[in-house]
Amino acid sequence: MLDFFKFFSKEDNKSKDVAKERLKLVLIHDRANVSPKFLEMVKGDIIKVISNYMEIDESSFTIKLSRIEQGDDNYSSALVANIPIKRMKNIGKNNG
Amino acid sequence: MGEVVVITSGKGGVGKTTTTANIGTALALEEKKVVLLDADIGLRNLDVVMGLENRIVYDLVDVVEGTCRLKQALIRDKRFKGLFLLPAAQTRDKNAVTPAQMQKLCEDLREQFDFILIDSPAGIEQGFKNAIAGADRAVVVTAPEVSAVRDADRIIGLLASNELLNPQLIVNRLRMDMVKRGDMMNIEDTIDILGIDLLGVVPDDEKIIVSSNRGEPVVMESSSLAGQAYRNIAKRLMGEEVPLIDMENEDTFIGRLRKFFSGRNKKKE
Repeated sequence: MLDFFKFFSKEDNKSKDVAKERLKLVLIHDRANVSPKFLEMVKGDIIKVISNYMEIDESSFTIKLSRIEQGDDNYSSALVANIPIKRMKNIGKNNG
Repeated sequence: MGEVVVITSGKGGVGKTTTTANIGTALALEEKKVVLLDADIGLRNLDVVMGLENRIVYDLVDVVEGTCRLKQALIRDKRFKGLFLLPAAQTRDKNAVTPAQMQKLCEDLREQFDFILIDSPAGIEQGFKNAIAGADRAVVVTAPEVSAVRDADRIIGLLASNELLNPQLIVNRLRMDMVKRGDMMNIEDTIDILGIDLLGVVPDDEKIIVSSNRGEPVVMESSSLAGQAYRNIAKRLMGEEVPLIDMENEDTFIGRLRKFFSGRNKKKE
């Protein structure tokens, strides 16, 4: 597995590619933080969609952007949401 | 009615002042009436880059506060017909003017000039807010390095939230030798990351420093590649379509040889 990554990292060895990848990642966070409302807006929309399927505990709903390590100094960004479910709606029945 | 263009970057030292001086001079060479407005109050430099530092009597703050009339503060550049400088105050700070006052000033300048180029200070604080207040469009200057590109991205976001929605990008200080080695982000990389339209690319050029030593904009140098790039940018600002300079063959030894043998006057497409 390590060799597999090495194989790719050799291809990406140029410092400009490293710069580009790092910048892309950092800008995801920068852009999300430009407006404090950004994550609130995302949260609002998620609640809207999810509420069609389940009843959730909005007061304990948390959402954040974070970096996830994918091994070997490889990072990617992820939107991490924690959505406590109170009750499932019975939608499956109607579609079955 | 003139057009107000703010030249900004976020990060300091990427070449806003040089860019402002050279685009302005190039526009004047195209027979436009141009005023360069130095909005970097407290850290003025457009005057020295232009070689006009000894002719300052009044400045931007004097105009805004009514100490003098606008006409008295405008310094006419005797070398280029139609080119003027409105210098920043050196002994005051960014809070000496307000965005509303800058808007008013831009409106007044619009009556008399085709282009009003505003040299914005670095940073995102009051000075930046003042600089963009009266602008119709924005030009973002960046260098192909991570810190400059990151700050440019932040500036693009801030411009958007101030209704300057389609800023154009100048990639400054491009070094083709490093790009070829894969040690500098190229134009495509930079545009891909920032996602805005390209206005021009300026190669790294020693002549920039030589000309600012002398207080003579590099566009005056016909042999300078950077000068050529700025002349092209000025034309694009005027709405002309000008292809990018082919830098592939310019910045290497082989390129110089090729250029030498193919004759120096060969027209660049």
